[in-house]
This record gives sequence, C-alpha cells and structure tokens, in this order.
Amino acid sequence: MKRTIPLFISAVTGFVLIGTAFIPKFVDWGNDAMAWFNILAAFAFILGGGNLLKMQLQKISSQQPGWGYAAVTLIAFFITLVAGLFKIGVYPNVNAAQLSWSGDFLQEGSFFWWLYEYIYNPLSATMFALLAFYISSAAFRAFRAKNSEATVLLVIAVIVLLGRTYAGEWLTGGLSDENILGFQEVKYSDFSLPHLSQIIMDVFTTPGMRAITIGIALGVASTSLKVLLGVDRSYLGSDQEA
Amino acid sequence: MLNFLQNLDRRWIFLLMLFAVAIPLISGITFPEKPSKEVMTVFHAVDDLPDGSNVVLALDYDPASAGELQPMASAFTRHCAIKKHNILFMTLWPQGVPMIQNSVDILENEYPETYKGKYGVKYVNLGFRTGNEGVIKLVVEDLKKSYSTDIKSNSLDNIPLTKNLKNIQQVDLLANVSAGYPGSKEWVLYGSAPFDIPTVVGCTGVQAPTMLPYIPKQLIGMIAAIKGAAEYEQAIINAYPELEKNPKAKQGLIRMGPQLVAHLLLISLIFLGNVIYFWERKQGLYR
Repeated sequence: MKRTIPLFISAVTGFVLIGTAFIPKFVDWGNDAMAWFNILAAFAFILGGGNLLKMQLQKISSQQPGWGYAAVTLIAFFITLVAGLFKIGVYPNVNAAQLSWSGDFLQEGSFFWWLYEYIYNPLSATMFALLAFYISSAAFRAFRAKNSEATVLLVIAVIVLLGRTYAGEWLTGGLSDENILGFQEVKYSDFSLPHLSQIIMDVFTTPGMRAITIGIALGVASTSLKVLLGVDRSYLGSDQEA
Repeated sequence: MLNFLQNLDRRWIFLLMLFAVAIPLISGITFPEKPSKEVMTVFHAVDDLPDGSNVVLALDYDPASAGELQPMASAFTRHCAIKKHNILFMTLWPQGVPMIQNSVDILENEYPETYKGKYGVKYVNLGFRTGNEGVIKLVVEDLKKSYSTDIKSNSLDNIPLTKNLKNIQQVDLLANVSAGYPGSKEWVLYGSAPFDIPTVVGCTGVQAPTMLPYIPKQLIGMIAAIKGAAEYEQAIINAYPELEKNPKAKQGLIRMGPQLVAHLLLISLIFLGNVIYFWERKQGLYR
C-alpha cells in the first residue's frame, strides 16, 4: 500500500500530462497537475533542510573528521533561516503597511540581503573563480599528447582557446579573402583561427551533440515509460515491494 | 631548468594565473571585437522588434556565474531599454532575484525617461517560483496559475503589463540567460519548441555545446560565454554609438582582456607541460 499509492499517483499524473500534449481538453488538467507539482517542489525545500540537518548532526554527534565544518554549516543555516523567515530588518510592503511582515525578504538593507550581498555573493563567486587556478595547474600537469587522440584534442583545444580571443584575430586576421590556388571554394581566410574555431563548433560539435541529445531523449522516454508503468520503482527508494 | 620545471610548485602557476587575470582587469584594456554571424542573429531578434514590444527576460543564474553572465544580461537589458520594450523579468533560481535587481537598476538609472517610476507599465519583476520545468510549462500556458502576484505581492490582474496577458506565448520574444539547470535547455524544451515562442539565449561556455543542436529551428540564436557577451556589446555599440560613453556597457569587452591573457597562459603551460613530458620520455621515464 505504501508503494501502491505513490505508484498510482505517478502513473495517473504522468498519463494526464502525456494526454495534454495530444488532447486539448486535457490542457487544464495538465496545468492543475503542474500547479500541484510546484507546491510539492516548495515542500522539497523543507525536506532538503531536514536532510541537511540530519546529515550534519550525524557528523557532529559521531565526531567524524571535519565535524567542525558541519557545525559551521548548521550555524550558517540557522542564521540564514531566521533572517529570511522572520524578515529581520525588512520594512512592510507599501501596499499592506499594516502587516509588519509584508515586505520582501530580499529588500535592500535587510539582514537577509546583507547576508546574501556580503557573504553568499563573494563566497560563491570566489568558489567559481578558483576554477581558473585549478584549470591552469591541470593544463600544465595533465594535458599531454600521449597518443593520437590526445594530440587531436590538444590541437583542437589550442585552436578554440586562441580562436575565442583577440589573439586568433591578431595572429591570422591578415589572411586574405583570395582563393587558394587551384581551389575555387577555399580561401586563405578560411584558415583563420576564429573561423577554424567556428568550424569545430558547427561541423564537429553540433552534429555530435545532436546525436547525444537524441540518444538521451530516447533514454529519458523509455525510463519515463518504465516509471509510469511501475516497472522502474527506484525513485521510491528501493526495487522491493513493501 | 627542465628539472626545476618538472617539480614546479603549483603555487607558482597559481601566481601566474593571478597576474594574468588581475593585470588586464585592473588596467581595463579592451580589444576590438567583431560580432559574429550568430551574435548578430541574436542582436536582430531584439532589434528588429517594433519599439515597445513585450519581452520576457528570464535570468536563471547565481553569483557564481555572474562573472560570465551578468554582462550579457545587462546587454540584453540595455538593448531592450534602447528599443523601449516592455520587460517581464522572472527567474527559476532562488539566487536569481538579486540578478534581476541588477537589470532593474540599469533600467531605472540609465533609462529614467522610459522606465523610472514606470513599474508595472514598462517593466515588471515576477521574481522566483520553485518548480523548475513545471513553472515553465505553466507560464507558457497559464501565467497566473504559477505567478498570481509579482515580487511586491501585487496581483498580476492589477498590473497594466500583465492584466491582459494569459501566458507568455503572447510575448514577442523570450530572452533567457542561464548557468545550468533549470535554464536555457528547459526553456527550449518546454517553452519555445512546443509553442513556437521566438527565443534567444545567453549561456556559459560549458553549456554552449548542449544548446547548439537547437539552433536555428527551436532557438533563434545564442550568445555563448564572455566572448559572445563582448561581441553582443560591440554589436549594440555599433548600432547605438551613444553607448560608447557608458563604461558599464562594456563589461564583456573589458573581461575579454583577462580572457586573452589567461588563454595565452594556458596554451604556454600546455606547451611547457608537453616539452617536459617528451623530455622525460626521451630520458626513459615513460615506456
């Protein structure tokens, strides 16, 4: 029963949504189902918060290595939660001035805004910026022409790296638009780095991605069908019937 | 020398990268950009609309990707503002709300004659809704089922820009700037492709290959990474030279300086790494 009801809900909702694509009468049903999904998605935040609490508390109680970080995570979580939920420092909305909590939680000057602007924003940007340092180190230590495939990859990487900056234009921008002797369709400028970089994207990357995308779509369609028909129950946590 | 390089401490590489990025950024050096055909397609998608058209600007990114995506979001905003388009902002990322505020600030401060004090008439901020693809599916069929109010808790039925808007199939253009999921791909799959909504996107360099297959049928065009942002900025400056005087309208162009030096450094490091590798192979360290 514990599994039958979720399976039934998934199947009905899934088939209704498929129906909306083919039968115009079902469109409103589909919209209602999507509205319910949005409500469920909002509840997922609560589950996510609960899961974060459980995992971090487990780390702290069992004194796992690095449990101090878990404590910092929890403190930061609660400070942010309180700042956002209680709208500390937020002025009421002008449309509902009588309601003290009617203002936007991200209002400029509020505590939550301050946390976002001066802690989350710089930290998040810094984490991403660190990639540049790791990429440069990896380029030096790992990007080697060990075999023919790696050599092709390396040459293409260099063409794209140069072609996507002014260096490509500066190095090869002077190639003329004249036809190469004996070739009607090929010009010298076709070998400019920005043009070669574009060819790599248009002729090699796009068809490759199209093939991968079609493959993924077929996989998603078959997996979705298995979920709707109750064949694949892994999303319920286990394959075993309760 | 090769022995020294063989055991080079990675911190020297980090230091080099720091200089490679910081020096051009501090000096503010810019290089000429020639807008590519792809970028011009996006430019014309916005520019060829009649003045005052309705545009949805969906900004699905966070501060981590703002370095790469903020210039293109700002460029979209300025371009729409020059054309006096009506703009509906929305985001599927909780961290995207302040990103919208950056664009709202551009409208209010740089184009006050068109947008200052015209909230609800010339632009509206719908804010964030949870639900990923679910929100997209709803806004393309029934906007008010997902967004009953804007970010200021005003009912959409009381906002002039949205009161007669049933769904975003009725807008003239959908422009999305995204850093991942949910983002450009989901907008194409659930928005533009099934309902033929004219769509342009701006995305990170990593995302660009995944979006290429949708051009030109499901997607009019794409601005990829900071290079695309710089080309788009250049295209707008070429068409509207008054922007030349606005340094904020050249953030993408300015960021191409660090990109150039960083790319040259990367190529040098790859070359150096390979010299060491072949030298080691010659010494018999590899078989």
